Amino acid sequence: MISLLAIDPVLKGDLLWTPLLIVILKVLVVFVTGLVATMLMVWFERKVVAGMGNRIGPNKAGPFGLLQTLADGIKLFFKEDLVPDRADPFVFKIAPFLAFVPAFLSFSIIPLGGDFRGDNAGMVTWFGHETRVQLADPSIGVLFTLAISAIAVYGIMLAGWSSGSKYPLLGSVRASAQMVSYEAALGLSLAAVILVSKTLSTSGIVAAQSSIGNWNVVATGVVPFIIFFIAATAELNRPPFDLVEAEQELVGGFNTEYSSIRFSLFYLAEFMNTVTMSALMVTLFFGGPQPIAFGNTVLDIPLLPNGIEGSVWLLLKTLVFLYTYVWLRATLPRFRYDQLMDFGWKILIPASLGWFMLLAAQRLGKNEGWNTIVVTGASVLVLIICYLLLQRAFSVSNKQREAEGSMF
Amino acid sequence: MELFVFTCASVMVLVGALGVIFRKHPVHAALSLVLTLFGIAVLFVAQSAEFLAAVQVIVYAGAIVILFLFVIMLLGVDKAEDLKIEPIASQRWIAGLAGLGMVGLLTAAVVSGSDVLRERGLGIASSVAGENADANIQQLANSIFSDYVFAFEVTSVLLVVAVVGTVLLARRRTGKGIA
Repeated sequence: MISLLAIDPVLKGDLLWTPLLIVILKVLVVFVTGLVATMLMVWFERKVVAGMGNRIGPNKAGPFGLLQTLADGIKLFFKEDLVPDRADPFVFKIAPFLAFVPAFLSFSIIPLGGDFRGDNAGMVTWFGHETRVQLADPSIGVLFTLAISAIAVYGIMLAGWSSGSKYPLLGSVRASAQMVSYEAALGLSLAAVILVSKTLSTSGIVAAQSSIGNWNVVATGVVPFIIFFIAATAELNRPPFDLVEAEQELVGGFNTEYSSIRFSLFYLAEFMNTVTMSALMVTLFFGGPQPIAFGNTVLDIPLLPNGIEGSVWLLLKTLVFLYTYVWLRATLPRFRYDQLMDFGWKILIPASLGWFMLLAAQRLGKNEGWNTIVVTGASVLVLIICYLLLQRAFSVSNKQREAEGSMF
Repeated sequence: MELFVFTCASVMVLVGALGVIFRKHPVHAALSLVLTLFGIAVLFVAQSAEFLAAVQVIVYAGAIVILFLFVIMLLGVDKAEDLKIEPIASQRWIAGLAGLGMVGLLTAAVVSGSDVLRERGLGIASSVAGENADANIQQLANSIFSDYVFAFEVTSVLLVVAVVGTVLLARRRTGKGIA
């Protein structure tokens, strides 16, 4: 039964106490890191948004208002937990957990540190055992994230439906349609990364990005990253894609009827997902815990052991994305729903598909020893023809819609 | 350990399957279906078919059942159906007969193929036993895109035809305006 357990190299061979303790320690560390990161993220977002709006933001609880989230959390815990009369009690109670658990699960496959230099491939030695600084390294790797984000839809969808109220239902229908649509673009831009790094495992993807030239954001040619970033923002239901909880239209969205700890679980899941997605983007496109390196010159942080240095780099890189998310929230207006769907289906998915084919052609050309310029030229030509066909299809369908008297 | 995992997953699958049939509420039935699909994914992992497990969760649990729920919610059939009304006469005993036939066929297939299954079980590269962690996926890709490429392409054409057909049916115009 080793096959089930050996997602972690520590657990190969006989089960001993030390490996078991290491795994339990890792689970604890990942769980606590997740919770603390979420807490700090809530504070960070409020503070940065306040700064951008020329306000002060939370500044009473703790130094710089750092403990504000904790205070809010305690308040939410002690509030009355209401279940509406028309709600479906079982589904209503289970939905927050369906949103919360996936948020933590996808955090478990992200390499949180470790030494990727030379031939180390992220291995560190703890208590005399070789292991990775990541909870699990399954062979399906990034597909696991896709599976988990597919499951995360259930929490929001069922929460809205089981509330037995109109606005939450509208919010959840919007949410699930949006998340299912953008998951396609997310998966297709992920495929480009897998194509370039030739492996699915997250530690393998990180190990392949030793210097800036090898970073997947460069190796895949930026476009998959941009698509991934946009699709991830939509998947997280963050602004400008937060139609799920558009206050002006839907009261509060899918979580209108929720209160107390169940509400806080949704809130926690949302911020947790933001942290996870940022870390995932760093892992996939920006070398994860690898230090920034130009060719052979490595920006090494002195005095820190290489294993811990990885965690510092991951944190720094993730912070950039977290800041970007807050920045987007503070500056961009919300999409209209039809714009959102048009953008996802008519721009992101064809673009990611086209770019994926371009990369695949390049790979094939390299393997077969074809002339790079000819391959690129031919594939660009094919893409242009496809684009023109697509435009033609759009214009025809628009004309027909106008003839039918439809508004959009 | 293997027996334990198998038992747990099988219980999940069976409870889910029974739930699909016996829950009165369509949404509860759909959720039971998710339980079944998850159980099957666990069984796949126990057989070192991690890729299949991931695809099972992404496609079936993540897309198809979501679509079911979507339709249930949008069409507002989220109330218990009256089981006494039968839209198609005598559909019950036909369904029962077909179900029995399926059970018979499956049992016959398993019984007659048990020797072959045991032999082939050793031929599939386990992603853990081998040095290459991606062996499982590479093997799958090799058989899909070389040995069975024709079947694969025909399936994709079938899917495209289905999509086009659905759009055509949904957008058929009757007289003026959108039907």
